[in-house]
Amino acid sequence: MAGQTAASTTDSAVISTRGLTKRYRGGQLAVDALDLSVPRGSVFGFLGPNGSGKTTTIRMLLGLIEPTEGGAVLLGEPMPRAARHVLPRVGALIEGPALYGFLSGRDNLLRYDAADPTADPATRTARVGHALERVGLAAAGSKKARAYSLGMKQRLGLAAALLQPRELLVLDEPTNGLDPQGMREIRSLVRELAGDGITVFLSSHLLDEIEQVCTHTAVMNRGRLITQGTVAEMSAAGARGKLAVTTPDTAEAARVLKERGVTDLVTEGDEITGDPPAADLAELNAALVEAGVRVRAFGVKRASLEDVFVQLTGEGFDVAG
Amino acid sequence: MSRAELTEERASGRPGAERPDGAAAAGAPARSRAVWSLGLFRSELTITFRRWRTLALLAVLAAVPILVGVAVRIETSDGGSIGSGGGEGPAFISQITNNGLFLVFTSLAATLPFFLPMSIGVIAGDSVAGEASAGTLRYLLVAPSGRTRLLLAKFTTVLVFCLAATLTVAVSALITGALLFPTGEVTLLSGTAIPFSEGLLRCLAVAVLVAVSLLGLAALGLFISTLTNSGIAAMAATVGLLITVQIVNTIPQLHAVHPFLFPHYWLSFADVLRDPVYWDDILKNLGVQALYTAVFGSAAWARFTGRDITA
Ligand SMILES: Nc1ncnc2c1ncn2[C@@H]1O[C@H](COP(=O)(O)OP(=O)(O)OP(=O)(O)O)[C@@H](O)[C@H]1O
Ligand SMILES: [Mg+2]
Repeated sequence: MAGQTAASTTDSAVISTRGLTKRYRGGQLAVDALDLSVPRGSVFGFLGPNGSGKTTTIRMLLGLIEPTEGGAVLLGEPMPRAARHVLPRVGALIEGPALYGFLSGRDNLLRYDAADPTADPATRTARVGHALERVGLAAAGSKKARAYSLGMKQRLGLAAALLQPRELLVLDEPTNGLDPQGMREIRSLVRELAGDGITVFLSSHLLDEIEQVCTHTAVMNRGRLITQGTVAEMSAAGARGKLAVTTPDTAEAARVLKERGVTDLVTEGDEITGDPPAADLAELNAALVEAGVRVRAFGVKRASLEDVFVQLTGEGFDVAG
Repeated sequence: MSRAELTEERASGRPGAERPDGAAAAGAPARSRAVWSLGLFRSELTITFRRWRTLALLAVLAAVPILVGVAVRIETSDGGSIGSGGGEGPAFISQITNNGLFLVFTSLAATLPFFLPMSIGVIAGDSVAGEASAGTLRYLLVAPSGRTRLLLAKFTTVLVFCLAATLTVAVSALITGALLFPTGEVTLLSGTAIPFSEGLLRCLAVAVLVAVSLLGLAALGLFISTLTNSGIAAMAATVGLLITVQIVNTIPQLHAVHPFLFPHYWLSFADVLRDPVYWDDILKNLGVQALYTAVFGSAAWARFTGRDITA
């Protein structure tokens, strides 16, 4: 897209924060000196355990709460000062949808559209209809929002984010409460939007979700940014692949592998996994066969984003206080 | 940053597919700027008047004059007169049997101490806090409605409700009065008789005056509404404050603060029914309402524009 390259030379980051910090009134440090940079045109996955400060960051980006320190630049303009110019070009879903239960889905969207001073009233009904269609709610548009299921509410929230052509979508856990079909649809919707050149910034706990749609990702933990980069970099750098050997002769196999420099060996049933050495894996396989080990399967399992995530943020289940 | 730059940047960053006509896209901001305040205000009005709660409040207000009218009619149907037992009941109630128009004044006097302001307290208290507790406030703000613009739309809507509530009482009273009692020349409190048409005009003046009397409370309710994320808490606090102030207003030992209480001159609307109109208390009432509106309107603005929206 010609316009995009022109824009990317002037400001390649759609979101960039410097030392963004939020301390809530209770003294809770929710976000700690965050330096985030979201490239234009990327699908950016924002990861982190519960309470790590994702929603707080998003609220600061959108000007809902004032940072204690530092600042954020959205689409090249400082927030929250330039909210009036910037936010019409940003669609958002923050901590789940919020609807007027006594209004129909369609009327909810009309209401949100009326709140945007740059939205053209003449095309309002058409745009609302289009947004409803896009999220698969065209048939349920005249039903009262009170009677919507969780997934329908989530879809309506997404529709509100798509009322106008946007440059950036900020989606806080967009697939929360959706059925598998809904998730797939949202994924393909995100891909489609990204294909149009829209930057999508989405937070999620569903890591395979992120792995499937995102080009870039950042990981938060206890308010701090742990890492950011492309998804490929993350999977490659964060944890190397594991060697996995399936064999009935586990004891013998373990001995040979250890000899050849495989570390961290774990035997589980008839499968042995471990960190492979730098040497050629073909040699390793030959050595096993030479030692009379009957090999059923031999291969390297690619580290999933989940492995990386757990490695970066720790195994603990308890939420940080 | 100039407008031209902004438009250019938008056009470049935005996928063109959605809007094939570039000219319309460029012209849209200028046109929508002219109607921006009305769009949100209209939406706000619809939202408020489509709620069952609002309609229920208006229904209660409309029922009061009917009840009063029917009660007076029944009590006087045997030819006896009302209020002869020692000045009980709301003001003007004894005149109703002579002229149905007085049911308007009676009903306003009967609803002004509590029913009317309570309904204002509910609507004003819920205006911002209700959106916050439903979570819709954050979506309005990122739309972006703009905080000042949203607050203005909210306050204007509460003012419209003040007028609507007062007119509901007045119109219901007028219809009931005309149906149940004779109408005709109106004898004012000062003894002068004026034609019915002029009586109607004074009715309208009284209704508007009563609506304006509620401004101070409306601003106060809006301010309280910006303080909390719970619509119920804001409504309860506003109505509670109203009751407290009404009680303080009746304690003679506290007469020094009375002139500064928002309900103190509320019943001054009766002075419109004198010839010549007695302006003193009416003007004082307007002054108090203007003061409350200025003080609490600014406080609401300061609070709302500087506040973290965490709901
Ligand atoms: N309004 C608030 N007042 C005080 N502390 C808050 C407030 N909102 C959030 N926090 C705290 O800030 C921290 C970060 O919360 P945040 O909602 O940003 O987490 P999150 O990453 O979005 O979590 P989740 O994945 O559960 O949505 C938490 O420790 C939380 O307790
Ligand atoms: Mg969150």
